[in-house]
Amino acid sequence: MSTPVLSVRDLVVEIPTRRGVLRPVNQVSYDIHAGEILGVVGESGAGKSMTGNAVIGLLDRPARIVSGEVLLGGEPVHQLKGERLRKLRGRKMGMIFQDPLTSLNPLLTVGEQLTETITEHLDVGQSEARRRAIAALDEVGIPAASQRIGSYPHEFSGGMRQRVVIALALCAEPDLVIADEPTTALDVSVQAQIVALLKRLCREKGVAVMLVTHDMGVIAEAADRVAVMYAGRLAELGPVREVITNARHPYTAGLMASTPLASRGQKRLRQIPGAMPRLDNLPAGCAFHPRCDRAEAACRQDPPPSLSACDGRAACWFPLTDKTKATA
Amino acid sequence: MSAIVKVSDLTRIFDVSKPWLNRVIERSPRALLTAVSEVSFEIEENSVYALVGESGSGKSTIGKIIVGLVPPSEGHVEVDGVDLATETDAEKIESIRSEIQMIFQDPYASLNPRWTVRDIIAEPVAVRGGKTDGLAERLLEQVGLSGADAGKYPHEFSGGQRQRICIARALAAGPRIIVCDEPTSALDVSVQSQVLNLMSDLREELGLTYLFISHDLTVVHHMADKIGVLYLGGLVEEAPRDRLFDDPKHPYTQMLFDAAPRMDAFGREVEPPKGEIPDAINPPPGCPYHPRCPIAVDRCRKERPELRRLGETRVACHLAE
Amino acid sequence: MSEVQTEAKVRPGRLARAWDSDLAYSFRHTPVAVVSAVVVSILILAAVFAPLVAPHNPFDPATLNLMNGFTPPGQPNQFTQDYFLLGTDDQGRDVFSTILYGMRISLFVGFAAVMLAMVIGVLLGLLAGYLGGWTETVIMRIADIQLTFPAILVAMLIFGIAKGITPPEYRDQMAIWVLILAIGLSDWVQFARVVRGATLVEKNREYVQAARLIGRSPFSIMLRHILPNVLNPVLVIATISLALAIIAEATLSFLGVGAPPTKPSLGTLIRIGQEFMFSGEWWILFFPAVTLLALALSINLLGDWLRDALNPKLR
Repeated sequence: MSTPVLSVRDLVVEIPTRRGVLRPVNQVSYDIHAGEILGVVGESGAGKSMTGNAVIGLLDRPARIVSGEVLLGGEPVHQLKGERLRKLRGRKMGMIFQDPLTSLNPLLTVGEQLTETITEHLDVGQSEARRRAIAALDEVGIPAASQRIGSYPHEFSGGMRQRVVIALALCAEPDLVIADEPTTALDVSVQAQIVALLKRLCREKGVAVMLVTHDMGVIAEAADRVAVMYAGRLAELGPVREVITNARHPYTAGLMASTPLASRGQKRLRQIPGAMPRLDNLPAGCAFHPRCDRAEAACRQDPPPSLSACDGRAACWFPLTDKTKATA
Repeated sequence: MSAIVKVSDLTRIFDVSKPWLNRVIERSPRALLTAVSEVSFEIEENSVYALVGESGSGKSTIGKIIVGLVPPSEGHVEVDGVDLATETDAEKIESIRSEIQMIFQDPYASLNPRWTVRDIIAEPVAVRGGKTDGLAERLLEQVGLSGADAGKYPHEFSGGQRQRICIARALAAGPRIIVCDEPTSALDVSVQSQVLNLMSDLREELGLTYLFISHDLTVVHHMADKIGVLYLGGLVEEAPRDRLFDDPKHPYTQMLFDAAPRMDAFGREVEPPKGEIPDAINPPPGCPYHPRCPIAVDRCRKERPELRRLGETRVACHLAE
Repeated sequence: MSEVQTEAKVRPGRLARAWDSDLAYSFRHTPVAVVSAVVVSILILAAVFAPLVAPHNPFDPATLNLMNGFTPPGQPNQFTQDYFLLGTDDQGRDVFSTILYGMRISLFVGFAAVMLAMVIGVLLGLLAGYLGGWTETVIMRIADIQLTFPAILVAMLIFGIAKGITPPEYRDQMAIWVLILAIGLSDWVQFARVVRGATLVEKNREYVQAARLIGRSPFSIMLRHILPNVLNPVLVIATISLALAIIAEATLSFLGVGAPPTKPSLGTLIRIGQEFMFSGEWWILFFPAVTLLALALSINLLGDWLRDALNPKLR
């Protein structure tokens, strides 16, 4: 296989606090290839957004990468700072945030914002940049793009605004786009439009997309592979259909079973007892063991082997296999 | 079974105009937003009635009108045969009010951060001068927390635990009806199922009636007995759960079902729905859904459809059959 | 039913919890705050216990000796050989002692004026924010109008009116109370504006809706629910206002419309001192001025720290 667009190796992010060092991202490794959508799911506080921010170099102080590496097209980028990081961020990586309003400058027209990004990162003149800006708006499905280019962000509806953000993220033709909960603030019908748009652009342009969301439905429809995070670690990583229908990690299995869809027709929903532990209060061993019905002594003592050490699917001492499922 | 809540021709108009001086200077007219328009439905005792809709559909406003947080512009809410707008007996109103409680969406904003959990839960009883000894502890146990937690403050609990505390507070007044406004949409999936199960259990134990407001169709399918679908302030379809999910009559309902992301639809390629929800200040004439409707005809552009009965379903569409 | 227990920990005592709180932690790790707090505490303690600390009672004519007039600081008087740490003024009063007693007046006026402003401002701010409508319009327009005049001008106006209606024989006695009234009334706007803003945020939060639903009266909601949650910004403004009130009092007294010479505040002392500035007796002006500066500056720095520490965005 060719070199992955993004390669994250044993990434650890730490936040020093007065009550000790927190690790919101702990030993996380994954690849994303060109034209592929990797879904990253997890509960709030599981570290999924922090992973995206670490990759794109947007960690807020005092959070910082302490070990591991981030390779973009084979080049390490996790140590870049200042001007070089900024250049790379627009040129090679685009970012789509949850709230489209805060990621656009309210004082500039969308055309100005697009042409500015294009001329800064690509070697083109003003008129060519404007032409490309219109093409970018057209591509994300904004009607009458050549007229709308002079509009300000507040003149667009929520869904259209998110399309503008996507155009902005893609206009410098990056290799990687990180979409952090891009549909969470949107209504169901608009959400479906945005998901379809992301899928189409990913396929047509061959961009690698990291789709961070808590919505398993969005993941199932859009992603090729999915990474499940729990308390800062990767719990499971695999093709989306495999992970959802045939989970290996007990947490993933419990998560899938507890959705109302999975329990359709039953009076009570399946549930995982308890809640995800806070990062400043992680249990010893596997962070999931207090909620896990398969936990044994080993789970309480040692953290589970990392994904690469197992079969590459589930970071678990006793992963569910077809055999254990049959007997259960 | 009899209807415990009867809502008839409920309308709520909000004045969202700019201040008087700005209007005079800019010569702009008053801006009126019709959040709820002529909505009628009945909730049967010990059942779960769900209102679904996207943002701006008016579902939360209806909930707030029913509990009395927002007065209706027109129409009536009857609870147990008592019309809260016209009833003059203050004692009767008071006793009805305490029978309806509410659970809010955001478990972080709905608990006063400066109060202990004990004070929060006992407040509905304390305000009426009732005895509160051991009440909070008993209710905490009932919602699956420990009575020893009563002395703690809200920030010491996780989101799911806070929502349990909110439920305990709602139960303190001994209600018969609970309006649940997106009770689990701020919660993670694994916690959401805990809270939904708790609500189901409590309904059975205490014989409660729920008005369940949500945008999440899978949750609604699990919880509701009967479902009303709202679009731009109006009821477009209402049917018992299975009827609605098996055979949606209104094109908007069909669109909602198609557009909702599904966990079993891997790599699904569907034509996404057209357009967005229009501005509620200037709604389209005729059927409010016609600009996005794939089957709209001329009549839809001119004439607003009335709710009409089709078997067990009530639907507001000229073309539904 | 599922049993979701939070672990039962032994809860530490109130004092230990306060010491462990984020606020206390931030305080311990901000040297400026610690130094300011020490300076303020020393000055306040010295003022409160002035009769015990001061070597002389500068307002007891029996202990004064005119021969001691204009003694420079740090050296004995050339006639009486009496020693004064910070020198004496024209009437032989010990400058150190007058500063201690003057600070009492300044601090008292400052604290009382801020309390008055706070009570008025918080109350009106709560009413304006929670009730809205006409109540809000009237209160906030009055506040806007008052803001167009400099606070010191408003205070002088109130001072003038109050002086006009009090009989002359009570004027000196009443002067302090009139000062408090004048500064307090000129300063409530700040509190009202901030409290109104915070109330507007809080009143739309769901816990307030829950309280309305339960049937609590608006007034009870304001006091029991909203007030505790808007106190943080009030605390910050109160601290900074204290410094401003002390300076306002000094300004008024310096202009001769404040504390009378029989009960001098730091401002009165500075006014008296500046008469001797150019004849070489610099200490009569210098030490009260430095004390005022140290007091106002440390209170202000404390206020700055408090604002940062209580702001969740900056933490």
